[in-house]
Amino acid sequence: MSSLSQLDQVKTTPWSGGRSPWSVEYGKIMMWFFLVSDAFTFSSLLIYYGAQRFSKFTWPDPDLVFQSIPGITDSGAPLVFVGIMTFILIMSSVTMVLAVEAGHRRSKKEVVWWMIATIIGGLMFLGCQAAEWTHLFHEGFGWGKIPTMETLHHLFTGEVSTVSALQFSNLFFTITGFHGFHVFSGVIINIIILCMTINGTFEKRGHYLMVEKVGLYWHFVDLVWVFVFTFFYLV
Amino acid sequence: MSEIHTDHSHDEHAHGEHAGLDKKKIWQVFGILLAITVIEFIIALVLIPGGHMPQHIGNFVYIALTLLKAFYIVAYFMHLKYEKVGLQVSLTVVFVFIFYFIVLMLIEGGYLHLHMPLV
Repeated sequence: MSSLSQLDQVKTTPWSGGRSPWSVEYGKIMMWFFLVSDAFTFSSLLIYYGAQRFSKFTWPDPDLVFQSIPGITDSGAPLVFVGIMTFILIMSSVTMVLAVEAGHRRSKKEVVWWMIATIIGGLMFLGCQAAEWTHLFHEGFGWGKIPTMETLHHLFTGEVSTVSALQFSNLFFTITGFHGFHVFSGVIINIIILCMTINGTFEKRGHYLMVEKVGLYWHFVDLVWVFVFTFFYLV
Repeated sequence: MSEIHTDHSHDEHAHGEHAGLDKKKIWQVFGILLAITVIEFIIALVLIPGGHMPQHIGNFVYIALTLLKAFYIVAYFMHLKYEKVGLQVSLTVVFVFIFYFIVLMLIEGGYLHLHMPLV
């Protein structure tokens, strides 16, 4: 074979053009890229939080701040409520994967039921967060607001620092608020996808790729919560 | 040639390439995530308050377990483990900037810790 005829040969490697080298659909790649940028935003917020906490001598003790189960007890149950919230979000992530799995089999009925389960999970999480925020507001926390010195003494293990308490308060509401906003948008998008599924849009299209894309977003929200949970409630 | 073209037709995205994540695997991953969370709670509520583990070691364990959970969510739930290597690499390598930022801000925080007035 001469070198000239080699040039004429059509290349078939993944990157020689004419096809998607990653064999991932366009919209799905775009969802991934959006999630990477969103991950950067969340990382920046959490890293700033870390730097603030690192620079302070004392910080509110999460075991003391998060002691209530709204509606049941006001104190004495450290981290129980956030444990319930974490379980709800992981559970709704599982129902989402099950919806995606049902979509691969093009089983419309199963997709509908798993999507409904996912939406309920999302709403339950939002409800829990609202209850937790309400409790903290009643304690005196808020954007730019901290409880009285008397209350603060119960929330620190060592010396009390009003600056630390203020930083904690602002960052807690901003970061969990931004995450909650993502959960809220996720629920809305899930409802739209549920309506489209019931409507038979994906059945006509022949694939349930939209469910996969929304699934990526929903798992990302769960992923962020894993980090928020660690850095606000455990560390 | 035509063989290759049909291989990568649009249809493949709809139902091909998805082997590996069946219902059994999904529940298995759920079990792992739940188990890791339970371990974190045991550390937070029993080991550290009981004095069996110092707080700073606990923090390292928390972060390691968190990264492990993140791996399971991204690899299995978000299906990245079954994607092409090119996509995996382009989505993960960028986080080198985040590591850089973490190091940068912790150094900054450490400096402030030593140099700020006590408040």
